[in-house]
Amino acid sequence: MESHVTHWQRWWLYGLTGLTIFFLVLPSLIVIPMSFSGTTSMMFPPPAWSTRWYEAFFSSSQWLTATWVSVQVSLCTVIVATPIGVAAAYGLHHGRFVFGQAIYGMLIASLMVPVILIAVGAFFLFAQLHMVNTKPALVLCDSLLAVPFVLVTVSAGFKGFDFNQEQVARSLGASRLKAFFTVTLPQVRASVVAGAFFAFIIAFDEVVIASMLSGGDNATLTNLMFASLRNEIDPTIAAISTLMILLTTLPPLIGHIIMLRRRRNAL
Amino acid sequence: MTAANIWAKDMALLNGAALEHDQKREGRQLFMLCSPGILLAFFLLCLPIGWLFWFSFVDAAGSPTLEHYSRIWNEGAYVQIFLVTFETSLLVTAICILLGYPLAYCLSQMSQKWSGIVMLGVLVPFWTSLLVRTYAWLVLLQRKGVINNLLVDSGLISQPLPLVNNLTGTIIGMVHIMVPFLVLPLYASMKSIDGTYLRAAANLGASPTKAFWQVYLPLSLPGLVAGMVLTFILCLGFYITPAVLGGGRVQFIAQRIQTSVNLYPTWGPASALGVVLLVLTLAILLISQLALNRWRRRLG
Repeated sequence: MESHVTHWQRWWLYGLTGLTIFFLVLPSLIVIPMSFSGTTSMMFPPPAWSTRWYEAFFSSSQWLTATWVSVQVSLCTVIVATPIGVAAAYGLHHGRFVFGQAIYGMLIASLMVPVILIAVGAFFLFAQLHMVNTKPALVLCDSLLAVPFVLVTVSAGFKGFDFNQEQVARSLGASRLKAFFTVTLPQVRASVVAGAFFAFIIAFDEVVIASMLSGGDNATLTNLMFASLRNEIDPTIAAISTLMILLTTLPPLIGHIIMLRRRRNAL
Repeated sequence: MTAANIWAKDMALLNGAALEHDQKREGRQLFMLCSPGILLAFFLLCLPIGWLFWFSFVDAAGSPTLEHYSRIWNEGAYVQIFLVTFETSLLVTAICILLGYPLAYCLSQMSQKWSGIVMLGVLVPFWTSLLVRTYAWLVLLQRKGVINNLLVDSGLISQPLPLVNNLTGTIIGMVHIMVPFLVLPLYASMKSIDGTYLRAAANLGASPTKAFWQVYLPLSLPGLVAGMVLTFILCLGFYITPAVLGGGRVQFIAQRIQTSVNLYPTWGPASALGVVLLVLTLAILLISQLALNRWRRRLG
């Protein structure tokens, strides 16, 4: 006879899971109210509420400049890394290369190398080229980190796409390029958008390379935050953190909810 | 042989050659599509790391030497840094397994609706900036931080606990960052476990506990090992979290590499440390990959 475990007998499993989830979401949950604190102390819940840290952020030219640098660098990374990743995903999907595995390994190698090494190596390279503390150097490094994410997301998109459709377009006279842009791309756009978003987030969040390769007027937001965290905690960071949480979690959250909806509708 | 036959044979040959030519051209074009990514990786990854390798074997005058490596081997401070990095990474990986395995198991058993919701609890921190989370832990764990205030106010403790600016804080911060890296691949592999195996075990008289230990756990091990290796090698390269939550008392290899760049006039010392870190990381990755492949083949 089969024995059956009831939900009640597994309370410890649910309890442990609940505690772990609490541990995982706790930091994000604490930062948001802290950013509306009226005092500089770390009291929780804050004794008074205010928006003074948001005002401090939006009136500080230093923070705003750094934010603008980060936004520029991240957008440029999207523009550089997305086409590179999509093109490589297409090439790898169709090509039967002898060294296919090696090409793939090379493209995702930046995932396996500790970032500090990429940072030190890039610092050395760009020092030779007199490009330390410039945005292009940062964009190139961030693109190196972002390409694997675009490649993996878009490859997954290609796997779920029937490429016979592209063949049909080509047999009807469309060039391969035209067939890709008019038939394939519109149907895999969700994976391309997800890859581009990943590229943005990776560039926006990158700290290690930025702390070696950016400074002065070209210091990124994360670079400034990291420096501030190591010295004295400026409560403005709570406000910046809240804004960053919104920026990085809202778009995928919406995507996740849309996916769940679709799945439910499909059932 | 008739003329027509010869003609047909020639055509076939010609056609074959043309097809082959076309195929080769297509192969070249497809390779061209991969080339921007390959060039980027070559110039920003292979080339600089090759340089670092070279620097690690030459002294200030440019003649070959092993002094940078012998320094790492002989100086207690360096040995200490390697020990701290490895021990902490092992501990963090172990805690991640203790927290992550039950979580992934629970997720894989839930209905789709519930797992979608609980999954958000794993994904939201995963999407949140590493720096933001490190900051949040600083707020939570400080001497006058949220957790200490709560504990003191409730009368559980009289003196604030030293939770941050030490190894404890570093471990908490690292576990928080690494749990999703373990859970996501583990969950994927648990989802692919065929439930009929468990029912078969139950049919044959195994208790649920026995079925779990003898059937489910071995089937989930490849996914667990993959997640574990990923967690461990990512831990080895940590830089931000020990720097902020360790408060200068915890030194990882990555921090030492950064300090060496500023400290020494030549690139040698930093390069040698980097080479050791890279070789260790890649060796662990390679060995585990080979072992996993072998295992999967044996499982069929």
